[in-house]
Amino acid sequence: MNVNRKESRLGAWIAMGVGATYFLLPLIATFEFSLRMKRGEYSFEAYKVVFGDPQFQATFGYSIVMAIATIVMGVLLVVPTAYWVHLRMPKLRPLVEFITLLPLVIPAIVIVFGYLRMYNSSSIIPLTGSEHATNFLLMCSYVTLSLPYMYRSVDTGLRTIDVRTLTEAAEVLGANRATILLRVIFPNITSAILSGAFLTFAVVIGEFTMASLLDRPAFGPYLQLIGANRAYEPSALAVIAFMVTWASMGLINVFGQSAHSKPTR
Amino acid sequence: MAFLEISNIQKRFGEHTAVHDFSISIERGEFITFLGPSGCGKTTILRMLAGFEAPSVGSIVFDGRDVTHVPTNKRNVGMVFQSYALFPNMTVAENIGFGLKVTNTSKDAIAARVREMLKLIKLDALADRYPWQMSGGQQQRVALARALANKPKVLLLDEPLSALDAKIRISLREEIRELQRELNITTVFVTHDQEEALSISDRIVVLNEGRVEQTGTPSAIYNFPRTRFVASFIGTLNQLSGVVVDTALGQIRVGEQLLVTSNPLDDLHSGQACTLAIRPEAITMEATGAGKNTVQTVVDDVSFLGSIVRIRTHLGAEVLSLDVFNDPNQKLPARGDRVSLSFAFDNLLVLA
Repeated sequence: MNVNRKESRLGAWIAMGVGATYFLLPLIATFEFSLRMKRGEYSFEAYKVVFGDPQFQATFGYSIVMAIATIVMGVLLVVPTAYWVHLRMPKLRPLVEFITLLPLVIPAIVIVFGYLRMYNSSSIIPLTGSEHATNFLLMCSYVTLSLPYMYRSVDTGLRTIDVRTLTEAAEVLGANRATILLRVIFPNITSAILSGAFLTFAVVIGEFTMASLLDRPAFGPYLQLIGANRAYEPSALAVIAFMVTWASMGLINVFGQSAHSKPTR
Repeated sequence: MAFLEISNIQKRFGEHTAVHDFSISIERGEFITFLGPSGCGKTTILRMLAGFEAPSVGSIVFDGRDVTHVPTNKRNVGMVFQSYALFPNMTVAENIGFGLKVTNTSKDAIAARVREMLKLIKLDALADRYPWQMSGGQQQRVALARALANKPKVLLLDEPLSALDAKIRISLREEIRELQRELNITTVFVTHDQEEALSISDRIVVLNEGRVEQTGTPSAIYNFPRTRFVASFIGTLNQLSGVVVDTALGQIRVGEQLLVTSNPLDDLHSGQACTLAIRPEAITMEATGAGKNTVQTVVDDVSFLGSIVRIRTHLGAEVLSLDVFNDPNQKLPARGDRVSLSFAFDNLLVLA
């Protein structure tokens, strides 16, 4: 029996080793390549060039602003919706879940072509007619793209609290719905909202299709541009993009663990 | 007009009627309990009082003001929930002050009221704790303080003791009753626990399938149940099938025995089948006397329950149990013994 257990443990280690090699080897190779900009020595020259590029700063800054705007808009849209579904329309939950999953099955390019048809400069709502309006349209499209992640996170958070009883307890004490959402529901699902926010951040930072077709100066199109024209910098950028995503994932874990160890304050 | 008037309310959920034509007048400062099994409509009535559900028909008046269609947050009621429902993100003090904060009370007034409420529930030292740092009993006391902080017109208690363990349940129910008397607050309590209802209430409304079975003081409900449902739901009761022999003399035949009741048999006639009821504690193994029935039974079982001993016997096909106080010097009958039991004519009830 012990022998069997040892064998199965060995098998698991082998499977994990193969998986880790499959994922890590290209990353290590990319990182190693990004350090070889200077001939004959390892250096962070590629990173220096990337960080010193004004276009990198501009596009990265733009994407960060867009990510923050997307998170704010997403939270304002998703939290009240998910709250209302939990409180008043639990039967509609499967339908809402299906709708929020659509961005995962409909390719981004289809969505953006739809937007261009609906909101082009000769339409009733010409959102592509000005820079600000296009930025707004891009943010809306990011909200759509991040909907599956944001909704799922918030929905999971709401399942951990007794939404109905807490709402009723606050109502009976004289609170209206807005007060209940702000003072009772929001603070109790903070870690869930943050998880959704970090996932949204990771999605927005690297997004290419929407930004490129709406012609906005985001980080995704910049990555593609550099990748097509330079040798070492794209590797450095790929590593940077991975670091941003991993940092977001790490923060989700941190907040997730603190939510498990004690209730949200 | 009573302080709280519920007139002919009904509640329908689609085809199902949860509450049928319910009316009651509750006086200021009265402690009233809605008692019944799951699905009897007691919580639905409480939810209508709180404003979480609107009655399909009927009206609710608080202190002369019709609140039937007034939203919950404008009713000024306090409510304690079974699951405590404390806000997990707030401290004890913040929980208690929440109702005052949302009604824009000044900070000083909130702090003073919170202190007062903490003193009232004897948890002054725990003001800065979070709900998860306290026991169930402490959390429920905070929930009670929170419900009372806004000085509500009516206090609603939705099975507040059900989630607590036995000892705390008893001490907290005494505390609730004490506070209620001290503040003279009109209170509606919902429970399925008959012992809780009997011990705490001024009046009890027994509900079954959305209808009132009986309303009365705990003593009246326990000693004089009017329906079979009330008789079987409240306490332990022996129920015997009999046939009326003489309505004027109150004579009823049970098996071979002729029993007498001093309760009226006005609605019955000779030869009619009826159900008799008698509480186990009303039966004794003492010698017969005037105004008492005496029956010969055979002991089936003797159960030691601590302060009392329950003796189960049979009288023909009918089971008759009696309770006697535990006395270490008393010789108890053994299984198979023949014993003669007696009970007063008054204690033999005839159920509708």
